[in-house]
Amino acid sequence: MAFEPQENDIAIIGVAQTAAHARFDGPEVVMIMDCVNTLLGDAGIERPDVGFTIAGSCDYLSGMPFAFVSNVDGMGAWPPVYESHVEMDGAWALFEAWLRLQMGDIDVAMVVGSGKSSPCNAREVFHLQADPYVVAPLGLDPDALAGIQARALIDAGKASEADIAGVVARSRAAAASNPNAQVSGSVSVDSLLAEPYDMAPLRAHDVSPKADGAAAILIARRDRALELSDNPVWITGLDHRIESHHAGLRDLTDSVSTRLAAAGAGVADGPVDVAELHITHAHEEIILRDALGLDDSTAVNPSGGPLCGDPVMATGLTRIIEVARRIQSGEASRGVGHAASGAALQQNLVVVLEEGGA
Amino acid sequence: MARPCAVVGIGQTKYKRRRDELSLDGLVREAALRALEDANITFADVDAFVIGKAPDALEGVVMPELSLADALGAVGKPIHRVHTAGSVGASTAISAAVLVESGRYDTVLTVTYEKQSEGNATWALSGGRSGGQGAGGTFAPWIREYIRRSNAPEHIGWQVAVKDRQNALKNPYAHLHLDDISIEKVKESPMLWDPLHFLESCPSSDGAAAMVITSEDKVSRSPNKPAWVLGHAKRTEFSSFPGRDTIRIQAGMDCAQALYDKVGITNPRKQIDMAELYVPFSWYEPMWLEGHLIAEEGEGWKMTDEGATALDGDFPVNCSGGVLSSNPIGASGMIRCLEAANQVRGTAGDYQVDGAKVALGHAYGGAAQYFAMWIVSSELQPDFS
Repeated sequence: MAFEPQENDIAIIGVAQTAAHARFDGPEVVMIMDCVNTLLGDAGIERPDVGFTIAGSCDYLSGMPFAFVSNVDGMGAWPPVYESHVEMDGAWALFEAWLRLQMGDIDVAMVVGSGKSSPCNAREVFHLQADPYVVAPLGLDPDALAGIQARALIDAGKASEADIAGVVARSRAAAASNPNAQVSGSVSVDSLLAEPYDMAPLRAHDVSPKADGAAAILIARRDRALELSDNPVWITGLDHRIESHHAGLRDLTDSVSTRLAAAGAGVADGPVDVAELHITHAHEEIILRDALGLDDSTAVNPSGGPLCGDPVMATGLTRIIEVARRIQSGEASRGVGHAASGAALQQNLVVVLEEGGA
Repeated sequence: MARPCAVVGIGQTKYKRRRDELSLDGLVREAALRALEDANITFADVDAFVIGKAPDALEGVVMPELSLADALGAVGKPIHRVHTAGSVGASTAISAAVLVESGRYDTVLTVTYEKQSEGNATWALSGGRSGGQGAGGTFAPWIREYIRRSNAPEHIGWQVAVKDRQNALKNPYAHLHLDDISIEKVKESPMLWDPLHFLESCPSSDGAAAMVITSEDKVSRSPNKPAWVLGHAKRTEFSSFPGRDTIRIQAGMDCAQALYDKVGITNPRKQIDMAELYVPFSWYEPMWLEGHLIAEEGEGWKMTDEGATALDGDFPVNCSGGVLSSNPIGASGMIRCLEAANQVRGTAGDYQVDGAKVALGHAYGGAAQYFAMWIVSSELQPDFS
């Protein structure tokens, strides 16, 4: 049964994304402006029609405190705008925009996620996410912790190295039809398993290739959404949760925070045709499929997912866009977008998107 | 539709040059536990967490919500992280209010902090480049232009510097307790960025501030008086463009007007009982009085000069001592919002404004281009007539 939106429901009415560039030879703001111009043009509205704007980015990637300030140039802020910023993936900016629209006094919001990771060594930057007193000095960066997590998964009998390679092979094959992907193509599980270990049992291809990119979404309250769009995609659930920072306090083979967020967002309330998962290491897909309760009837990461292009800080928002596109096109009627932050899936956001009734 | 919310718990740490005895976790937890105690609730009663701070580079910890989640009792729950430059503390308070007003979360714990002693703020405020001019270097030319336009006498800045430090003597949490502060001392202190002397500038502080914000139906759970959030507003404009007026800033005026319209205020000076304005450099008191439509253009400095902004004046400003007395950057904006709440709850101690019912909290950031403001009241529907 198709979703019947109520007055207070919010829909995605436009999406835009750049390619996942291995290296974009221009400033971040150019990628943002591309997305913003596409969004406004497609929706047929002007900048002042957007009541609230919120962006997600990470200063540290460009090595410049307050880097996000110049990103405003790409979003437009004259005359002055009602605007905010989260130092998180753009998916969390969507969370705040979705709540803000539910207050009822504003009916359109723009959400942006952007990142330019090519000037830095992302692995070194994200190492600084670790607790600075007892974890970071151990050298336990997100890739190292991912290796430990993958090992725990194998030791628990929940996955094999071939299963992990299978995630990569399937993602790359799917990415062949995604013009924004960074890597794609046919590759066999056997050839992947023949590659050397990086963070054993993970291999280099198990880690997402960091990219430069931006993504943006336009959302609106029901009445405005129906005015502006022929096929709005309804946000019927959205939740996010975090778990302990200390890996020793967690069962690394499960994602408890994803389970909680999925329950909060109502993932199990209907069939899931498509799911786009924010995995930065291949084995995470296996953990997330289980935590989200997905079976083989769900197409997982049909875009190829972040293993085929990881525009850091836009990656989670891009997952939501990929699901929305498939619902807009009629290819799917209900889907799940997922975003993650922190090492070993410490923090997870889950959004349920649905097509509307006739 | 938006539902009312109120501040029912407030927690602050002592602000200090260095809090070496505390980790980042310990610092935020000290403020968080005090806010929960004030609200008479525990971490278990909190539905979501919103944290804010200035750039991660100040302490060198990327996305600190990840490593602070345990200390803040957020495990298993949502935690959200705001960063809007110097305005971040007030933006974070507003985001926390939005979570409740949206109807999705009943009780939110919001915490902001900075441990400036872990890093170099002037380096960070110069965009991560060494040899930069810092915030004072950005603002001093604009202050000079304000003085030129308004014909303000040079002692106005000194007066603000003295008033805020004298107020700070009444606030046990304040960083600077300068017992012998005087006009003479201010003008004899070293000139940093003409016309700003050393004692007209904010300190570098370590500290954290926290609030519990809850929905109307949960307010009675907390024993102390609520501070109702009557409205909030934010505005942003570009940092620079041809013709930008950096003295009478459009985003600042738009933000104030949007806020006053929302709350039903037509005469801010009369209808607002006190304000905590973000004044990191002395001259920003008169500049924001004008820039946020409390005083007519060119008249703000006269309010300062006449003593209207003193604790016993008709429009007291920064009774807590303000940013000039305590500046844990990421928290400084929230402290303004929280001190406004303190006043209308009647919990401001020795710096309480008699009978304060409606108070303004404010912060700005970037190149004076980000604005975040809220108005709180002892009453959900105060009579402004």
